[in-house]
Amino acid sequence: MTPALIVFFIIGTIAVASSMLVIGMRNPVHSALFLLLTFLCVAVLFVMKAAEFVAAVQVLVYAGGIMVLFLFVVMLINVRHLPDEKWKGGFAVGLAVFILFASVVRPGVYHDPVGKEEQLRTTYTYRHRRVKMPDGTVQRRLLRRGTVVGNSEAVGMALYQEYLVPFEVASLFLLVAMIGAIVIGKRELTAVEEETAPDFILDRVETEKDVKEAMSA
Amino acid sequence: MPSTEAYLMLSGTLFAVGLIGVIIRRNMITVLMAIELMLNAVNVNLVAFSHQMSSLDGQVFAIFVITVAAGEAAVGLAIIIQLYRLKSTINVDEARELNG
Repeated sequence: MTPALIVFFIIGTIAVASSMLVIGMRNPVHSALFLLLTFLCVAVLFVMKAAEFVAAVQVLVYAGGIMVLFLFVVMLINVRHLPDEKWKGGFAVGLAVFILFASVVRPGVYHDPVGKEEQLRTTYTYRHRRVKMPDGTVQRRLLRRGTVVGNSEAVGMALYQEYLVPFEVASLFLLVAMIGAIVIGKRELTAVEEETAPDFILDRVETEKDVKEAMSA
Repeated sequence: MPSTEAYLMLSGTLFAVGLIGVIIRRNMITVLMAIELMLNAVNVNLVAFSHQMSSLDGQVFAIFVITVAAGEAAVGLAIIIQLYRLKSTINVDEARELNG
C-alpha cells in the first residue's frame, strides 16, 4: 500500500460520494457545491496521472467558470418551485452500466508502464538531417529530438503543432456557443416595457430607422 | 501508483452516477450537472489511458472535452432560462410539446 494508493482511495471515495450527493440533493445550490467538490477531487486524480495542465484547466474552467454559470442560473430561477421528483427505475439502469464497465475492465488486462512518465513532459523538435547509411550512401532523414520540459509546455506544443487545426476549430466552436447562448438567452421586450423603456435602450432602433431613411433618400 | 484499471473503475462509477442522475432527476439544472459529471468521467478515462500509453494525445483530447463541456453548459443554461420564461418551470416533464 503505497502513499499514492492511499491518496487515490481517499480522494476517489470523496469524488464518488460527492457525485452521488450531486444527484441526491433537492436544492440545486447544494448540488452545485457538491459538483464543485467532485471536480476538485478529479483534478487531484489528474495530477496523480502526470496531467498537471489538464488539472489546472479543470480547476479554472469547471470550478471557476461553469460553476459560477450554474449558480447564476440557480439565482435567476425561482428555487421555490421545484419539480416533484419521480424515481423511474433509473438506478437499475445506472447499476447495469456500471456492471458493464466493471466486467469490461478486468484486473490484469492493462499493465501500468513504469518510468515512462517523462514522455508526458517531453516536447519534440523535428529536423531534416543528412544521415550516413550503413551501405555508405547519404540520405536525408527526418530526425526527432525530445527535450524534457514541463507538462504544460509539452501539452502546449502538442496543441500548437500536432493539433493546430482542432485547436482553431475549438475556438470557432466557443464563439458559436457564446453567440448562441446570448441569442437564446435574450428576452424580447413586451409592448408595455417598450412604451416605458428609457430612450437609451431604444436608441438602437432609431438609428436603424435613420439608416433606412438615409438609404432610401 | 494506482493502476489504470483503478482509474477506469472510478470513472465508470462516476459515469454511472451521472447517468442515474440524468434519468431520475426532473430538475433540469441538476440534469445538466449530471451531464457535466459524465463528461468529467470521460476525462478521467482519457487521462488514465494517456498515462498508460505514455502519450500526450489523451490529455489534449481531455482539454477539447472540457472546451465542449463549457460551450454545452452555456447553451444549456440559456435554454433553461428561456424555458423558465416560457413555462415558469424547469421540470423536464413539462416540456413535452414534441412528444407524439
